[in-house]
Amino acid sequence: VSLKLETRQVGDVVVVDADGRITLGEGAILFRDKLAQLREKGDLKILLNLGGVSYLDSSGLGELVSGYNAILAEDGILKLMGLNRRLQDLLQITKLYTVFEVFEDEAEALRSF
Amino acid sequence: LKLVDMSQNPSAPPAVERWFESSLESVDLAEEAVVEFARGHGLDEDGQHGLGMAVRESMVNAVVHGNKYSSERRVRMLLTRDGQSLRIQIRDEGDGFNPTKVADPLAPENLLKQSGRGMLLIRAFVDEFSIEKAEPKGTEVTLVKRLP
Repeated sequence: VSLKLETRQVGDVVVVDADGRITLGEGAILFRDKLAQLREKGDLKILLNLGGVSYLDSSGLGELVSGYNAILAEDGILKLMGLNRRLQDLLQITKLYTVFEVFEDEAEALRSF
Repeated sequence: LKLVDMSQNPSAPPAVERWFESSLESVDLAEEAVVEFARGHGLDEDGQHGLGMAVRESMVNAVVHGNKYSSERRVRMLLTRDGQSLRIQIRDEGDGFNPTKVADPLAPENLLKQSGRGMLLIRAFVDEFSIEKAEPKGTEVTLVKRLP
């Protein structure tokens, strides 16, 4: 499996720990399905921990944006944490750092909701 | 085809030609082949990663948008070392592609769109990028990455 996604409830925030690759195909599909499941359950405060994600391609970025839009449409919010340098570079290149709130520290991220 | 002086790294092949089926597995295989080629020619790890991503995005364009996953269409990838540069040519057998029709993914109105970032990423990770109509059909992209 190219991507593992585990969830933890911390207060009213669901933390999704992602580990692996979010790329076109299996990784992007698993990621999309996980966010859809959370929305269906009514979990609309999501902190996505990308600390274990080694690779995101344009499809993965697209799923990230799509998930963000869907959660926002239901008055929820998706925030990011734990991006390695390469993922930070991708957000810079694509200007998606202007869209997402990104944190290094989980406690700080949780306080921000 | 201009082949290179092998004296710098005798173990690295000066040119590699590969043909791929129009599948997502081919995207991974092409990326792996390019990373290995780049490593053999002395590109550093960040450079290998970036070039690999540029090739991944180019292969996705070829397989998904060009060949539309057709089992009757293949993708040709040619890797060459040309002086102090690595040159990657990827050619599909699709119906052609007009790059001017791709919306600017950095425009504020497009930032939240799901797709359209592939070529932006390719350009970000290589030194030169061009798109040409291939004969008799298809599209060929050329990526050039300068070696340090």
